[in-house]
Amino acid sequence: QEPQASGLPEYVKIVEVGPRDGLQNEKVIVPTDIKIELINQLSKTGLPAIEVTSFVSSKWVPQMADHKEVMRGIERHPGVQYPVLTPNLQGFHSAIAAGATEVSVFGAASESFSKMNINCSIEESMERFEEVTKSARNMNIPVRGYVSCALGCPYEGNVVPDKVAEVSKRLYSMGCYEISLGDTVGVGTPGSMKKMLEAVMKEIPLSALAVHCHDTYGQALANILTAIQMGVTVVDSSVAGLGGCPYAKGATGNVATEDVIYMLNGLGINTGVNLCAVMEAGNFICTALNKKTNSKVAQASFSTGTI
Amino acid sequence: ATGAYPKRVKVVEVGPRDGLQNEKNVVFSPVKINLINMLSETGLQVIEATSFVSPKWVPQMADHTEVMQGINKLPGISYPVLTPNLRGFQAAVAAGAKEVSVFGAASELFTQKNINCSIEESLERFEEVMRAAREASIPVRGYVSCVLGCPYEGKISAAKVAEVSKKMYSMGCYEISLGDTIGVGTPGSMRDMLAMVMKEVPVGALAVHCHDTYGQALANILVALQMGVSVVDASVAGLGGCPYAKGASGNVATEDLVYMLNGLGIHTGVDLQKLMDTGTFICNALNRKTNSKVSQASCRL
Repeated sequence: QEPQASGLPEYVKIVEVGPRDGLQNEKVIVPTDIKIELINQLSKTGLPAIEVTSFVSSKWVPQMADHKEVMRGIERHPGVQYPVLTPNLQGFHSAIAAGATEVSVFGAASESFSKMNINCSIEESMERFEEVTKSARNMNIPVRGYVSCALGCPYEGNVVPDKVAEVSKRLYSMGCYEISLGDTVGVGTPGSMKKMLEAVMKEIPLSALAVHCHDTYGQALANILTAIQMGVTVVDSSVAGLGGCPYAKGATGNVATEDVIYMLNGLGINTGVNLCAVMEAGNFICTALNKKTNSKVAQASFSTGTI
Repeated sequence: ATGAYPKRVKVVEVGPRDGLQNEKNVVFSPVKINLINMLSETGLQVIEATSFVSPKWVPQMADHTEVMQGINKLPGISYPVLTPNLRGFQAAVAAGAKEVSVFGAASELFTQKNINCSIEESLERFEEVMRAAREASIPVRGYVSCVLGCPYEGKISAAKVAEVSKKMYSMGCYEISLGDTIGVGTPGSMRDMLAMVMKEVPVGALAVHCHDTYGQALANILVALQMGVSVVDASVAGLGGCPYAKGASGNVATEDLVYMLNGLGIHTGVDLQKLMDTGTFICNALNRKTNSKVSQASCRL
């Protein structure tokens, strides 16, 4: 298949969020050496970016309490980025001290979500992030900006596309090199994805946009396809679909990296990622977590013995 | 480009047949009948009720006559049944069927393993059914299996799919449902296959029957819709595993499909809540969890 002939990008960058977003939202807490091993395995798959951990207070996110040890313990493969979450200046300094060379900040398109999640308004959160991006600029550290609730909010319900565009623009103007638009509760569909992207694309260049789709309602791949058809070339996903949804008990969360790669391979889009290697890493972490994979590709491949 | 979507999509519910046929646990006739009756209240226009095949081959469908005679047949709803040959067709009509389906395949090996004959021989059997159906004014739907890959042959050429589809359409099938039997297809292979088939069969007569074994079903359906297909098969609660990949999923869940179509502003006439309730009922009866993510997410347990 020729992707260009059908108007699709030639290459899509996959940002692997399993070790952070995934593990943070798993019931079982994983020991440090397992986290490090997972990241080391992922580093060998061809993934260009792996979100490693989160420099937030262990009071709020106990699963990420070992952020320093993980950051210092992982192998750093050339050509692979290892971003970490930093909610404020203190977290940023801590991350740099531990050897981080890229950071992420998390905004939201919903006031209620911002208050419930990080205990402040959107405006206040932006002020905190300004401090981070200013310091980061001085140290030549790239900053990625996330916008949560881009297609819906667990508290407010509907989220207006213009609000998503406004928050995205704010993060981009303050220096974030990329904005990852998150369907935090997975309620989005190709219809709402299209409308939201149209609004955001008026403010942010396409090449600076990423989508972070949750599969809680089974819509993730269809939403990602829609985004790619509109020219988005960066997609977040989580190995084995790690990370349930904290807002819908028992429901799934992140889309599985394996399933995304399978689709992109079928579309003739290059990712540089070895699907089998990702499935092996997925198998490793699922065994450690004593859980079944959320990746349908992995399920089917292990069943048919093609792995 | 995303292009325009159809304004309406007809959802063909295959849970009671394709779904139940591929479940580990068998359910008794009253449960099947209740399932179909509940589905009839959701707004679905087409519900595949059962299969008139020998119970030696498909024991789960052994009660086809009781089911056909036991269900409430609501006006405006079609209850097609599978009929692999003339004998099955006659039994179906005697039991009150008003629409039937025949199952072809785009793979020789699959046909051999599945119904013990060649593609050509299977088409000859269908000709007999078509002739009898025409005389009785009974519409016939044609299925083509393995359109995006075969568990035995692997890759399947789009040209072969087009050839078999054309033959079945020319024979008199009013609609051709293109089945990704093992769910290996992706939006890329779906696009290529449809482009070929649409040269031989008008898009208005095409349907897609996607399996979600590799998680690709909704993305594949999205592409089909973008190309003008407006009939989609699905199975309530995603009933029906994959007989070729143990423990893997099979049919795409009707709830998840309707959720997507609702989000696209496409009219289906289906009440999602009633559909989810029906899914809950049959999953309880089967003692299994739903395969529908929409159902899982909406569950406030």
